[in-house]
Parts: sequence; C-alpha cells; structure tokens
Amino acid sequence: MSIRERLSGNEATAFAMKQINPDVVAAFPITPSTEIPQYFSTYVANGQVDTEFVAVEGEHSAMAACIGAEAAGGRAMTATSSQGLAYMWEMVQIASSSRLPIVMPLINRAISGPLNIHCDHTDAMASRDCGWIMLFSEDNQEAYDNMIMAHRIAEHKDVMLPLMVCQDGFITSHSIENIELIEDDIVKEFVGTYKPAHYLLNKKEPIAVGPMDLQPYLTEHKKQQAVAMENAKIVIKEVSEDFEKMTGRKYDFFEGYKLEDAEYVIVCMNSTAGTVKETIDKLRELGVKAGLLKIRMFRPFPGEEIAKALSNAKSVAVLDRVPLVSATGGPLYEDVVSGMFVEGINVPTINYTYGVGGRDVTVEQIEKVYADLQGLKDMKEPYRFLGLKSK
Amino acid sequence: MYNVKEVVANKPSRFTAGHRMCAGCGAPALARMILRAVHPEDHVVVSNATGCMEVSTFIYPYTAWTDSYIHTAFECASAAESGVEAAYKAMKRQGKLPEDEETRFITFGGDGGTYDIGIQSLSGAMERGHDMTYVCYDNGAYMNTGIQRSSATPKFADTTTSPAGKVILGKMQSRKDLTEIMVSHHLPYVAQTAAYMNFKDLYEKSEKAIYTKGATFLNCLAPCPRGWGYKTEDLMEINKLAVETCYWPLYEVENGVYHVSYKPVNKKPVVEFLKTQKRFKHLFKEGNEWMLEAFQEEVDKRWNELLAKEEITNK
Repeated sequence: MSIRERLSGNEATAFAMKQINPDVVAAFPITPSTEIPQYFSTYVANGQVDTEFVAVEGEHSAMAACIGAEAAGGRAMTATSSQGLAYMWEMVQIASSSRLPIVMPLINRAISGPLNIHCDHTDAMASRDCGWIMLFSEDNQEAYDNMIMAHRIAEHKDVMLPLMVCQDGFITSHSIENIELIEDDIVKEFVGTYKPAHYLLNKKEPIAVGPMDLQPYLTEHKKQQAVAMENAKIVIKEVSEDFEKMTGRKYDFFEGYKLEDAEYVIVCMNSTAGTVKETIDKLRELGVKAGLLKIRMFRPFPGEEIAKALSNAKSVAVLDRVPLVSATGGPLYEDVVSGMFVEGINVPTINYTYGVGGRDVTVEQIEKVYADLQGLKDMKEPYRFLGLKSK
Repeated sequence: MYNVKEVVANKPSRFTAGHRMCAGCGAPALARMILRAVHPEDHVVVSNATGCMEVSTFIYPYTAWTDSYIHTAFECASAAESGVEAAYKAMKRQGKLPEDEETRFITFGGDGGTYDIGIQSLSGAMERGHDMTYVCYDNGAYMNTGIQRSSATPKFADTTTSPAGKVILGKMQSRKDLTEIMVSHHLPYVAQTAAYMNFKDLYEKSEKAIYTKGATFLNCLAPCPRGWGYKTEDLMEINKLAVETCYWPLYEVENGVYHVSYKPVNKKPVVEFLKTQKRFKHLFKEGNEWMLEAFQEEVDKRWNELLAKEEITNK
C-alpha cells in the first residue's frame, strides 16, 4: 500500500533521498534547493540514514566530493540550483566523462545577472550538453518518482552516466501538494544496491581515474559516452515500465495530453504543463483541438519520437523557459525542430520565451499561444516573447 | 632509527619509474618517499590536482601509481579526496568494505593548485577534518603551464608573468605563508619539510602526517630545474641550501605546538641559495644590491618569528 502524504517538491525529493540511503551526500545551500540538504542533514543527525553528509564549502567542491565518493565505490548525491550548477559546471562534465552515476536534483532557477532567485530553466539549459541524463518533472509526484527511478537508470551497466532530476524552483519545490509515496522496503528493493565493477577503495584492484587523455584516445572515449547516452533511452523505457508495474504510474520519454488528434500543440517542460492542460480542457470545450507534448526525458533527447508525435499537427509552439538572447531560437526549440528536420516533418513551429525569472505563467497567456497557432499564416516571426509588458 | 637504505630496500616504491617528470625535478622524489611512509599492508587513494605531477604520471593508458588514484581538476583535489574519504567511512560503517583493510588518503597538489586556485577546497577539507593528508609540492610558480608567478613565488623571482624587466624587477610581492595558514586551521599536524639529509625529515613527517587521525598538511619544497634555472644534478644541493639558509625552515606543529626540526649551527646567507638559480640572476646586477638585502631581511624576519612561535608554544 502506498502512503498518502502532503509534501513540497523539496521535501519529496529529500524523502526519496532518505529512502535511497546513499553513502555520501555533499551539498551547499542555494535558493531554492537549500531545503534538500537541510532535510537530509536532519535524517543524518537522527540516524535515519547510513549516509556521510559532507557540508562542503561550495558547489564546485560538492560535485568534486561526489565524484570522489562515487569513484570510491559509493553512491553519491547532491542538490543544487542556478549559480550552484554554474559554479560546479566544470565538475559536472568530469562526472559524466568519468562515467560516474551521481544523481542530483536540480531545482531550476534563473542564472545571474541580474540576480533572480526564481524559476526558469537557464541553469539546466546551460548544462544541457554536459553528458548528464536530464529528467524533468511537472509536479512533486513526478519529481519524487523520477528520483526513485534515477539510480536504476544511471547505474545500469550499459549507461553509467550521472543524472539530474529537474523541477521548477518555488513553483513545485516550495508548493505543498498531495503525493503518493512508496514504502521504504519497496523502494529499497526497487533501487537495489550499487555494485560498481571498478572502484578506488578496492584494494585488490587499484584503479586510476581521470587521466590525461590526448589525441590517440579521446575521440573514442567520447564516442563511448555518446553510446551510453543512446543506451540510456532503452534503459529509461525499461525502468519506467518496471516503475509502472510497481505503482501504476506511467512514465515515458514525454507525455501527450490530448495529443492524438491535436491540431495545435504546445511543447514544454515542468510545471507549465499543468497550466497548459487546464487551458486545453477549456479550449476543447470550445471545439479547439489543442494538445500538449510535455517532455520528461530531455537528455537523451527523443528528437525522432517527438517529431513523429507532432507530425499530424497544423502548427506547434515550443515554450522555452529561458531568455532568448542569441538572435535565434531557444534550446528546446532548436532540439525539437532539429528532430523534425531530420525526420522530414515540416510542421510550422514557433518559439516563445516565457516565465523568465519566475514571471507568472497564466491560462490567458497559454490561450494567447493557442490563438497565435490557430492564426499562424507564415514563419515570418518564429521567435516570440510571451507575457512581455512592452516591446 | 631511520635508515634510508633500509627504507628503500624494504619498501618498494609505490610510485613507479616510467613517469615523464623532468630530470632534476623535486616532486617525484618527494612522492616516492612520502608513499614509502605508508605501511606496506595499507591501501592508498591518491588524489591529485591538475599540474606537472598529474599530466606526467597518468597519460592514458599508462599510470605510474600503483595505488588507487584520482584526478579531477585543478582546484579541487582536496574536495575530491574528502568525498573518497567520506565514502570510505560510510561504506566501512555499513560493512561494505573488508574490516581488516585500512586505506589512507593522500592528496598531492603543486603550489598553484594549493596556495592559489585550490585554497578554498583545501581550507574546506581541512576544516571539516577529513582523515587525510594534503601534500603541497611547492615549486613556487605555475610550472606546468610555463613558469607563471603564483602566491608561493618568492619575492623578486623572475617568472613569465612577473618578468624581470627594465622597470619592474620580477615579482614585487612577498610569498604567502601557506604553512601558517594551515596552522591557523588548528589541525592536529602541520609540517614543512624538504628532501634533505637522506630524506629523514621528509619520511618521518610523512609517516606522522599519514597516521595522525584527522586532516594533516605537509608543505614540501620541490625545486624545479626549468622554473628556477639550475642544472638537474644540483637538485639536492638546492634543497640543502634552502634549508641551511633558513629560506625554507623545517618545522612541525603538533596540536598547536611548534617544533623547529632543524636549526643550522651556521645559518648561511641567503645569497648562497639565490645565486644557484637563474630566476634570481637580476638580483646580482650592479645597483640591485638592495634586493639581496631585502631578501635577506625577509628570510631573517620569518625565521625569527618561527623561533619565537616555538618558544611561546612550548612554554
């Protein structure tokens, strides 16, 4: 029997970490992810976990310590947001290239400057090609569920890559919602124990990690990393199916909401999907065939599958929760349209920047997007702002 | 009693030949002897900052380290090691590692990765009290990237970013005293050492540091033939002069109590040390006598401060 609770996204994430019971958690406070190490250090202080909590002096060291702990043979976790991820960025790539399945909740927040502590996806997008698996979560339940599935995916022998579980800062991290938790023993069995093939603390087989890797080998090593990311697609599917058998909650690369027959489709990630779903319900009553494609698995990116799912639409809007400052489309847009191009699917697809720095996303704004899609005549204005006060 | 022949004969080097560090470099001799201080039955996880030692000892697919070894980046060798040590504690506690095996944690970084870019992670790991030993091999500049000045570079030294020019005569700032910064962390054991007198001081301090519970720190002088400008065969002579002139005093601080390990009976003038190296060549030009005087003053001042600290803490 599952446990019905009311938890914030941060609480749910910390609770999942307690159930996972990693060997090391090394973390540093940063809004809005701070609560995660706070809750977790309480579990440590009360002897509820076997974990060694390392209260590092900064996020760069948080990821460095996680790399050390994971390479040592332990399960290592941290949590961060925004500047914290930016600060550890160097180490984020060393984690993935060293093939260390570290799991990290990323509570999405804008990146300075100017300083803003609220939600957008700039932090995640700035690290999108760092070789981590990236799962996005609409609400607290999804954040918790993704956390429970994370180690099974990351530690799979064909994968061995670190994994980020993203959720929206404050919007879900600090909002208390109903949630269904899984019993401790069932989680323990589902997650399993970590048995690395090679690890630093194995006296019988000393190893060296993190070489100087020059022209003769680096390309092949990077290819291995790429293969691992491709393998992750298969493993994510398998683990999600097992999770569904256990909980009845279905997860895929993405979720379609009234997508089957949709003519006008919004593509987005995280909490905005809730607002879009409500808007779709309203529009459907008016006879507008509106639909949603909510991406859960952002890395590896399911470009082919997304393109096929959008192939019957009349027009598509990709919502990027990042400021567009490159005189081209946002990162999610670029990925979606690349997938469509490769698949030979030519559906008019426009791009919106929205919700930057925690700007509220309303049903009215989403209605405006669907109205734009219905009236879309050409691709003269592909890159748009949503909710902009003035031009 | 310490006997270098016995140590070398009975304890095979855990840091093997075939690495690509320069002939005449002080660092590999340090690494070999420090690792010899580990009990033969114990396992070691070495963490290494990016630098000369790292790029010349672990070029894929070869490694010179017979123990486990991890390199992550320049500024975070201490943080990575603190993670390894934390995992060791947690796994040992849960019975995930054999009970009868002991692992020691030794981190190596040059002065760039220790005094400068790595000082935050070093300070953090030391303050948290991880059971580890940090070894700084101090060659007084960023040698790996081509002899750029660091905060460990001695005053007036000619480096590629503090060149001895017509107007500015080398590095104009005094060197940071990292050993004292580590003492201020109130660690159980901090020592400054060099490869001198058959490595006795180095070996004994290494053993003490490695087997003292908690975070310990060793600052080791590591002359660099390219950066300092000396002939490869002069390495040991330069170590000797650094100590005999009191430019690099040998001392240890155990739980706050200072002990000066070696007090030269006849303290040599620092020019004896300076004149062996090209980086100080301009100090000997006519009109620059003031530089030699200022250098000597600084050495004397620091040496006297050290003696005073020894006296105060032993009262």
